[in-house]
Order: sequence, then C-alpha cells, then structure tokens
Amino acid sequence: MTDVAQPPKTTVSVTIDGRAHDATPGQLVIAACADAGVHVPHFCWHPRMSPVGMCRQCIVEVDTPRGPAMVVSCMTPVAEGQVVRTDSPQVKRAQEGVLELLLANHPLDCPVCDKGGECPLQDQAFSHGPGESRFVEEKRHYEKPIPISDLVLLDRERCILCDRCTRFADEVAGDPLISFTSRGNATQVMTFPEEPFASYFSGNTVQICPVGALTATPYRFKARPWDLDQVESTCTTCAVGCRVVVQSSRNELVRLQGVDVDAVNWGWLCDRGRFSFEAVNSPDRLAAPALRDGGALRDASWSEAIGAAARAIAAADPSRVAIVGGARGTNEDAFAWAALADALGVVRRDARMGDGLPPEVLALPQATIDDVCRARTIVLLGPDLKEELPVLYLRVRHAAQSRRSRLVECTPRATGLTPYAWRAVAHEPGMQARTVAALLAEPEVAAQLAAGEVAVVVGRGNLAEDDRWTMEALGEVLAAAPSARVLPAMRRGNVRGALTAGLAPRDASGATPAILEAAAAGGIAVLVLLGADPVADAPDADLARRALARVPHVVSVDAFLHESNAGAHVLLPTAVHGEKSGTTTNVEGRVSDVAQQIVPRGTARPDWMIASELAAALGRDLGLGSLAQVRAAMAARVPAFAPVADVRATRGEGVLTARPAPLPMPRGGAVARDRNGYNYRLVVSRTLWDGAIATRRSPSLAPLARPAEVVLHPADLARVGAAEGAAVRVGVGEVTVTLPVRADAGVARGSAWVPALRGAGLEPLLAGARDVVDVRIEAER
Amino acid sequence: MSRLDDDRLRIARDVIARFPRPKSAVIPLLHLAQEQDGWVTTEAMAHIAELVGVTPADVYGTASFYEMFKFHPVGTWCINVCTNISCQLVGAWDLLRHAEERLGVHAGGTTEDGAFTLEDVECIAACTEAPALQVNYRYRTRVTPADFDRLVDDLRAGRLAEEIPPHGTLARVRQAQTEAWANRGVEAQAAVDAR
Amino acid sequence: MIAAGTVPTGPRVVTSRFDVADGHTYEGYVRTGGSAALQRAVTSMTPTQVHDEVKAAELQGRGGAGVPAGAKWGFLPADVHPRYLVINGDESEPGTYKDRLLMERDPHQLIEGIVLACYALGAAQAFLYVRGEMALAQERLAAALNDAYAHGKVGRRICGTDFSVDVTLTWGAGAYIVGEETALIESLEGERGMPRLKPPYFPAVKGLYMQPTIVNNVETLSNLPYIVGQGGATFKAHGAATSSGMRMFAVSGHVERPGVFEVPNGTTTFRMLFEAPEYCGGVRAGGRVKAFIPGGASAMWFFEEHLDTPLDKPTVDKAGSMLGSGAIVVMDQTTDMVAACWRIVRFFARESCGKCTPCREGTNWLEKILKRMLDGHGRPEDIDLLFDVSESISPGIAWPPRQTTICPLGPSAVSPIASAVRRFRPEFEHYVAHGRPVDGVVSPFARALAGTR
Repeated sequence: MTDVAQPPKTTVSVTIDGRAHDATPGQLVIAACADAGVHVPHFCWHPRMSPVGMCRQCIVEVDTPRGPAMVVSCMTPVAEGQVVRTDSPQVKRAQEGVLELLLANHPLDCPVCDKGGECPLQDQAFSHGPGESRFVEEKRHYEKPIPISDLVLLDRERCILCDRCTRFADEVAGDPLISFTSRGNATQVMTFPEEPFASYFSGNTVQICPVGALTATPYRFKARPWDLDQVESTCTTCAVGCRVVVQSSRNELVRLQGVDVDAVNWGWLCDRGRFSFEAVNSPDRLAAPALRDGGALRDASWSEAIGAAARAIAAADPSRVAIVGGARGTNEDAFAWAALADALGVVRRDARMGDGLPPEVLALPQATIDDVCRARTIVLLGPDLKEELPVLYLRVRHAAQSRRSRLVECTPRATGLTPYAWRAVAHEPGMQARTVAALLAEPEVAAQLAAGEVAVVVGRGNLAEDDRWTMEALGEVLAAAPSARVLPAMRRGNVRGALTAGLAPRDASGATPAILEAAAAGGIAVLVLLGADPVADAPDADLARRALARVPHVVSVDAFLHESNAGAHVLLPTAVHGEKSGTTTNVEGRVSDVAQQIVPRGTARPDWMIASELAAALGRDLGLGSLAQVRAAMAARVPAFAPVADVRATRGEGVLTARPAPLPMPRGGAVARDRNGYNYRLVVSRTLWDGAIATRRSPSLAPLARPAEVVLHPADLARVGAAEGAAVRVGVGEVTVTLPVRADAGVARGSAWVPALRGAGLEPLLAGARDVVDVRIEAER
Repeated sequence: MSRLDDDRLRIARDVIARFPRPKSAVIPLLHLAQEQDGWVTTEAMAHIAELVGVTPADVYGTASFYEMFKFHPVGTWCINVCTNISCQLVGAWDLLRHAEERLGVHAGGTTEDGAFTLEDVECIAACTEAPALQVNYRYRTRVTPADFDRLVDDLRAGRLAEEIPPHGTLARVRQAQTEAWANRGVEAQAAVDAR
Repeated sequence: MIAAGTVPTGPRVVTSRFDVADGHTYEGYVRTGGSAALQRAVTSMTPTQVHDEVKAAELQGRGGAGVPAGAKWGFLPADVHPRYLVINGDESEPGTYKDRLLMERDPHQLIEGIVLACYALGAAQAFLYVRGEMALAQERLAAALNDAYAHGKVGRRICGTDFSVDVTLTWGAGAYIVGEETALIESLEGERGMPRLKPPYFPAVKGLYMQPTIVNNVETLSNLPYIVGQGGATFKAHGAATSSGMRMFAVSGHVERPGVFEVPNGTTTFRMLFEAPEYCGGVRAGGRVKAFIPGGASAMWFFEEHLDTPLDKPTVDKAGSMLGSGAIVVMDQTTDMVAACWRIVRFFARESCGKCTPCREGTNWLEKILKRMLDGHGRPEDIDLLFDVSESISPGIAWPPRQTTICPLGPSAVSPIASAVRRFRPEFEHYVAHGRPVDGVVSPFARALAGTR
C-alpha cells in the first residue's frame, strides 16, 4: 500500500475473446461485448429495460476462481480482470442448444409472417441453427392472432416468452395490462378478460418483439422488410421530437419505428406518433390547388391560385393581413413565411392557436428533457404530459420511478404522473398561484426545493382559463426556487420552432385570439391559415367561426379540407411529414431533421416553397429558391438557429438552439375571482385521442377518439344527484349542453373536467371565455 | 356472487394489513374468493386488484400460475389422485382408472351433476402411505378401489360433510388479528419503501 | 434381513409428540416440555448465544441443499433492517413427506423454532408459507399461532420481555417451483412463483421486498427448540461427525413397511433403513432392490452397490447424488424403468415455471420423447436425442449438475434420464423395438390400460 491517492479508475479492464477492452463500470457483459464489437445473440435483453436473463441465448463463459462458468451475459456485470469468452466450443454448444429449444415449438410460418426478413429469431436460426429440427412432436397450438387491443394482435404460437412486451408495459409505460399467464409450457402473454391492452404506447411492444408474435393493424401484410425504403427523421405529431425511421413501400408510407437517441425518446414512440402516418396516405388529401369561383371550389393551376392569393394580399393594407398557424410545418417553412411577412410588413402572425403559453416562457432559463430527468426536484405545472407529450411522460415517469427525481405536481386534475408524484395537488382553475404558493411553503417541500436542481415543466393545463394564471403560478415557483430552469411544455408539433423562426406576434394585436377578434369585427382582409384549423384548435370555436365568416379572403395552406377552410377562397395543398425535408424544433429547443421519404401527394408542395412563390408573385424576391437557401438564411438571420447552419448537426440527436440571455420572471401570485359555491369551475384539456385531423384521417386511430363527457369528483356527482353515465345539463349563462357524466376522484371537488374534443358540441361552453369559466350542472329529469 | 362479500372483505383487509406490501395478499385473497364461490371469478380478480392496488391483468397473471385456482366452475368435491413416482410404484394408475370409470369422467373432467372433478396430480406428500388422494385437499391414503367407491358414496350421502367442506375452503381456522399484533416489520418496510 | 437391535436408533428430537394425541395443542405442547427453550432464550440468552448454539449443533438445512443453518444465518449483512425470516413449508419434492407431519402434529414446536430464529436473527417479522394443498397443516398452524399469540409466545413482548415478533401465516396455491427459495419469495410478494437469478438475488442480501431474508425449511426450524433447550453439542452428538443430530427420512415404494423415520444422521446405511425391522422390514415380497432414489426426484439414482452407503451428506454427495429432502424411493426388480423415468420427467415438465427456455422447452420435449416410447412409437435415435436435449439443459450431464437454466429445476429432469438410461439402456431399447417393457417387468399402466383395449 502506498499513501499516494490513486485517481479513481473510470474504466474496467476486461478481456473479451482474447482481446483487451475497457468497459464502463457497472456495465453488463453483453453491453461491454457490444461496445467491443462482439455480438452476443440475445432475445430477452433490451438496453432500455431491466435484464431478466430468461431466454438464455446470451450465455457466455466467464472465468471465476473456480474455473470457467457459463453465465448469461445480460445479468452479469463486468468486473476488473474478467475474462469473457463468447466463442468457445462450450459456449457455441450452449447457444445452439438454446436456439434449438426456442425453435422447437416455434411455427414454420415465416413466409406469411410480417417479421420474416427482419426477425432476430430467423436470423439467428440461419446463422447458428442446426438446419433441420429434431422436434417431431406436435407443436403448441393456439388460436391464431387474437386482438389484444384495437391496434395490436398477438400470435401466441410465435411467442418465445421473452418478457419484452410485458416488461415494457409494466416498467416503461406503467400500463401493466398484459401479463404472463398460466405456467410452464402453457405460459402465454394475455390481457385480463375484457380489458384490452389500451396503452398509448402499445406500438412499442410490436417494435421490440423479437419474433412476429405481436403485429400492429396498420402494418399487417402491407410490405415485406426487403421491399422497404427508409430514412431517419423526427416525428412532429407533438413537440417531443422523437427520432424515427420512416419506412415506405412503392411511394406509400407503411411504418414508423422509434430510433433510440439518448437525449429524447430512448427508442419509444406513442401510438399517435407511430400510426398517424396513415393520414398521409388518406384519399381525402388535397392534391391540387383550388379557387372559389362563384361560390363553389374548382381545381386550379398553381400559378392561377398563387396569383389569386397574391392579388388579394396586394390589395390589402398589411395591417389587415394576418397569418395564423405554422406549427405543423418545418422550421424552414415557418422561416420562409416569416420572411414573406417581414417583406410585406405584416405584423399579425402567430403560430400558436390561443391554447398555449405566452412566448415569454421561452425567455426564461431553459431546461432540456435530460435536465428535467436529472433534476432533484421536478415541478409540473399544468398539463397531463401523458395526454399531450406522451414520450416526455415516459421520461419523467422513469425519472420519478427510478427515484432519482422527486415530482411535485400542481395540476387542475390528476394526471398520468400523479401516481409517481412525491407531492400532487389539484388546483381550482385560476387559483393555481395560491395553491402552488401554499404547497411550496410546506416545510418539507421548501427544504426539497432549497436543495437545488429544480426543473419546472410548465404548460397549459386548462383551455377554459386565461393563460396568465399559469404564468402567475410559474412566477411563484421561480420566486421560491430562483435557480430553477424551465421546460415549456408546448404541445403542438413545431410550435417552438415556428415562433423562433419568426411566426410570433410582434405585439398584442398579433396573437391568434386578437387576430380572430379583429377578423370577426371586420378588421382583416386576408387571413392566411398555415395548416391551421382555428375552429377546432382555438379554444373559442364560436369566435373562430364568426371571424372566418367575415374575412373576404381566406387563403388556406393545408393538406385536408376541414371546417375552417371549407369556405376558403384559395386552397393551396401542402406536403406533409414524410413528403418533405427540413428541420423541426422540439419542446426543449432541440433542432433535428425531418426527411422526405415519398413524393408529395398530387402537386402538393412544402410551405416554404409556397411562400417563396407567393413572394415572387408579389414582386418580392426573398432569395429563398431552395431548401438550402432557406436553411442558410435562417441560420444567418435567426440567432437561435445559428447552430443549424451545418445540416449534419441536425441528424441523430440534433442540436440545441442557441439560448439568449434569459430575462427575469416577474413574481406572480395573482389569482382569478372566487367561485360561487353552487357552480363548478370548468377544466377543458387535451387528451391523446382527441379526434384531431391526423387521427381522424388514420383509419386505425379514428375509432379511438374518446367520447364527450363531463367528469366530476364522486362527491360532486352525488351532490348533482346523477347516476354514473346519465346525461347532465352543463350550462353557462343562456347556453346549455347535455353530456354524459362520470365520476373520477382525480377531478378536484368543485371542478368539472371536459375533454377537449373536436366536434363534440362543447364549443358553446367556451364561447367568449376569458378568465375562468364557471358552469351549472344539473341532472336531467 | 363474484366480488368478495362484506365478511370476506373484512378478512381481506386484515390479511392485507399483515404484509408489508399489499400485493403480497394476492394469493390469500384469491383463496378467499375461491372459498366464496368455489372458483375464482373475473369479478373477484378485479375486486382483488382494486384492494391491493394493481391491475386485474397482474392478478390474473399471478392467479393463473397456480394450479389450485380454477377459472371455471368445478365440482363440489375435487378428487386429486396422485400418480407421482411413489404412488405409481404401488398402483396409482389403476386407482385413477378405477376412479374414471366410477365417476364416468376422464382425469381433468367434472361429472355432469357438478358433484365431482377428478384430477391426476403431482406428489401430495403422502408417499409412504401410497397410493394417496385428496378430496378438497383432505387426505385419503392407501386407497383401494373399494375405498374409493365408499368415499364417493359417503360424500354423496353427506356423511363426510363435517370433515370435508366444499371446494375452495382450506383451513377453517383463520389467523386472528390480535391485540398482540406488533406489525414492526410493516412499519420498517414502509420506511424503506419511502426510501 | 438385518436383525432387530443391530441398527442405530436415537432419541426423538422433532417427532417426540407424533404419538401424543393432543401434541398439536398448546396445552399438550407445554405439558410435554414445549416452550421452555424460548422462555430460556429470551430471558437469559443473547441472540448471539442462540446463534452460537445453532452453529455448534452444525444443523444442516433440511430443505434439500443441506447448507448449515448457522452458517446461512451468518450471510445476513449486519445492521440492515427490516430483515425477514421466511419458513418454507411448501413440501412437494416427490417422495418427500416430513414437513407436513411436523406442521400437522407439532405446530407449536415449529412456531417456537421460528421465534427462536427471529430472536437470533434480529427479525421482527416472519412469514410461514405452507403448501396450498395442505389444509390440515394450515388449520393446525392457524390455531396454534392464535394460541401462541394469546399466551404471549408470539407477538408483542414475548414472554414478558422487550422482544416482539410477528408471524404471518400464508400458503401457496399449487406450484412445486415455489419450494425454490427465490420463487417462494416471489410468491410471497404476490407474484408468479418464478425463480430469481442468483447472483444477484441471494436472499440473504436481496430477498423478500429486496431486504435481507433467511429462508429456512420447516424441519430445520423444528429442531431449534431441542438445540436451544438441550444445547447444540447434545444435538450434534446424536449423529455422525459430518452429519449432526437426528434427521427425518421418508422411505416409500417397494418396501414392506414404508414410513417416515427419525434416524441418527449419517450413521444408518440405506440397507439398514430398507431391511431392519425397526424401519422398513425389507423389500416387498422378498424382492431385491433394482434402483432407489436417495434424496427426492431431483437426485441421481442409486443402485444395489450403494446400499451400504451411510445416509451421510458428504458421503452421498461424493457417491454422485444427494440426500436432498430425505426422500427415499425404492424400486424393486419388477419396476418398469422407462415408465419410472418418464413419470419423474413428466413431473418436472408439468412443474417447470416457464421462465427460461431450456427448462420450459427442454423438459417438455424430454417428456414427449419418453411418452412416445411408452406408447410404442419410439425411434432408435430417440435414446441419443434424450441425452442431447439433456445436454442443452445441463451441460456435461454430470453431478453436481451444471445448468443453462436459471434454477435447478431443469437439470433435475436430467437426473432420472441420466440414471435410468445409462443403467438400463436395454430396457429403453426394448421399448423402442417392441413397444413394451422387457420380460419380468410390470408396466404401471398394464392393468390401467387393460380396460381400454
């Protein structure tokens, strides 16, 4: 021994098949082998789930004091001086034996199996298998695929019982709705009778299934792996920015698979992101420009349609031109439109739909997803991440579950994360500043915050209240934890990128609600809807309808017809995700690329190109004639996008936007008016299956749309005197809507929750809504 | 009947309180459900899931691992004939064959009147008194075909009602929740679980 | 036959109340000297002293593996609480019959042993897990626990001291694998009884609820009142140098008087046990031993040449098998070895938990091959195939077995195959060639099937 302190060793020296390798401390042998370029065959092990050592395929030999021992490399940690052999005759014999046993009861239906061609079991059998089976007995028989949910089918004959899907459901998704049942040779994966695997994340089980036991309805029998073309991209269904591989066959999208990037999605996707590509293939897509001609729409050429839009814009004073939307496109799309608006002097523009948070939230000290998940304390204000940003929910759940982080939640009703929260309180709408202040003042909570490393996830938890109440509550949190960093949970695809690129209001008159009000009052001559459907997306649908009716020229850049553009004067078909390239910005300001995989529908083209052509028709050369020019101009002119200049930086994990010096947040604390005790205060919030356009146009997802309902605390339901499922009248002022009622202890006493749903007849409740909305609820007689 | 009735719900709550974590009570509670209905109903599993705070799929996964839990109605008397090695050596298969003929069902079946279910089971720890069987988990040892016939007659005639309760009832004495219950392990584990 | 009086016998250490009509009641227990050891231990001994007595007794675990209890207790990490004692009453290894008797006939002795162990271990809660199929044992233990609580022998302030411990009685629901200690822990947590991998899940470190846990067998703990009452040295002196104390064995199969015997550990030979009038009184009908299983269905079989081997753990281990759970099954010259082999393999195939591939698929494949032979559809290559599949479960097919599996259940199915096929290969070949057993051997299905043909 010497008394000279050795620097702590940061690697573990092991020998793998005779070659020295420096492994990471605590790493499993199978992972160390992978790092060393040695592939150990395996089925049950998955790097993002806890090891179970069940399939036994990854057996290797490790030297121990008592001689070489066969161990499973997925459950054996590396140790200093360890000698690992993956290629000895004993190891080969053991691996071949396991493979023969795995195949014993596995059906020989590879030719009709969707997994054929990309099947780890098939690959392993070809490369290491004994060729011919010696198993002459009758194989296990089960009814061929049975649906275990609306999206997933299970073929139990193909299942090798690796525990990946069941582990995922339990460990990762927190939806243990599938389980091993029975025992031994009769073991099978199954749901509870009449209780399907209704998880928002069910598609992941299909992706990680190492055989063809689990298949998803959107892909079944659509293509063979060897016919697929694919490109890596980023999902833009919500703002998490999950990395994906987009796969197509004969110019039709057929599948999205998650890609594991450490900073974002760890390989997981939500079912909405995974399956809503179906809408891209919808026959209802707009394929050609159209013009309103004497009341009816007729197909038009691009030059005709662009010309019509240009004439309308040229004729109007820039102060009477407005642009709403842009969050569904790429950063480049938004930048080109912002450049056009700049050139024309249009100040009314907003990528938000009045259902988000003020842009000031982006000027606070920002947290990344990783920052949040490494924080000592995570404060969640507002939304239910499981419903709005599903994969962010998985990440935060993991952080709270693995006990690295303590979650403090202040939301208008219980969320998907409530079961994992250290402290969870439900606040009355409008009163969150008071509730959160009281919560943070509790000595234990105050001590927790005082320990530092606080991250705040903040979003809009209620569409039936003013966004300022959330900001007032955020002010309270930042006053209590001044060094906290903030992750703005803005849910719409690329809303952060569009705002950053310039589709942000320059003053109060430019926000979407103000635009709609001006339009309804006759103050807007040309309204450009950039992939926007304000009737569905803005909280006040009534206002949106009145606005659209008064605008003489509505120009809609969209992929579908919907209520907001049904009366438009110019329709310009746009290319959508999968049909165009560019970059997108996620919730944390991470820019990653989206890639074109198929040719756009008809003559549809990307938004940036439409902006550029419209500018030309208006006699302005934006200098944005190619995607590369748009990207270069954007990186040069928008400081936050400077890192995007190098296109390679946006691949894989992507790159964070440059952060300006944060602005201080004023101390909040204000709350709304008190509620009259006879009334219920309304909470309207998003859910995953909300009937949004892309899910409505995806045949597999459309049936999942949830029903309209009003949900009360059980004690309030009793007070109303209605039975579970009965119809109740929900009234505001003179307006009444009738909805079925349900009890849920997750709704606070005195609150009434209604899911935000398109076309469910809820609009009257939010008409003219400002501060908060108090409703009467009466049982139907 | 399906969910646990009020009396059994009280017992269930006692049982849950005896373990440091509620899920540990799943198997005892499944026994309670089987005692109530003679088999484990879907509704009972859903109720147990509620009581211990897991999903019904989780309860079903556990329940279906264990042979004693039945997911469809079985006979009032389940006769389990051991055919494992010690019993096989002294005529277990003859006894099982006789039982099948006498009851008119194959092993695994239930008589049409719902009185008997016959099973061919693994070792029941009566090896030195082979061949052995159990009726609702009460032993009969060194069983001859004549013994078997008498057993069936006695069961049907109600002469064994005292000794052999209907299928599902195991111990008729329950562990009491006494004043002396210290529950120190529970508190200590709760402290650990709260990290 | 060995004459009466020439074989070693000894005191009845754990079976002393088997003939006492009310020995299972609290009154009967106390009247016959029960509870004295507990009283003495908690009032005048330290936990370490109790542990020392158990170490001095060199009490080998009676569940199957034979790990000395005193040493096992020593694996508990110091100062980690809560820690638990789990009592394995899930007796279900074919041929094993002793724990059920101890639970039915002397439940208070077991409870006293549990409380003594908790005292030595510093555990505040114990879980007594009885096999699901043992209704009478459950009933007797529930009644006994209620009485013991009422008399201050379990629960708060035991025997008026500061020592408190709770014993939770629970039972399984039909799964042999739950007798494996990590599977038992899973079952106690309300899970499917599937074994955990060791390492890392050694119960003494990461056991029940991931806390330090000692899992002891019923017979093991039933010895504690005697050991603590009479002293570890007294206990040890009843047995041989390498196998201390008295030990229970169940002898079943083809002997005149099958029975459960408590014998001086390590001194008696198999022959004495089978032949002496004090014990089994000879092979039935004057026959001879063709094979016998020395320690439960998982064990390699022994044959005539092993008859004079003493029932001593190291000696039996060295001879290539194990004493396991004290389950001895005798097969005489009329035994159909293919059928015997199949029946044991069927047991493991039916009881495989299904968690790992080699056991789930391998044991079932082996069973199907053997069944096919019995049904007259065997192929010559099947005999080698039996060994090849066995090799995939237990590389080298040796003793002690190596395994590609998580737990020892899979390799256990290889023992009867390795034993029977190696020794009686012609019987297997005869089945393959003729679809029936060799002459002089009686198929266990002969009469059973007669009616169906």
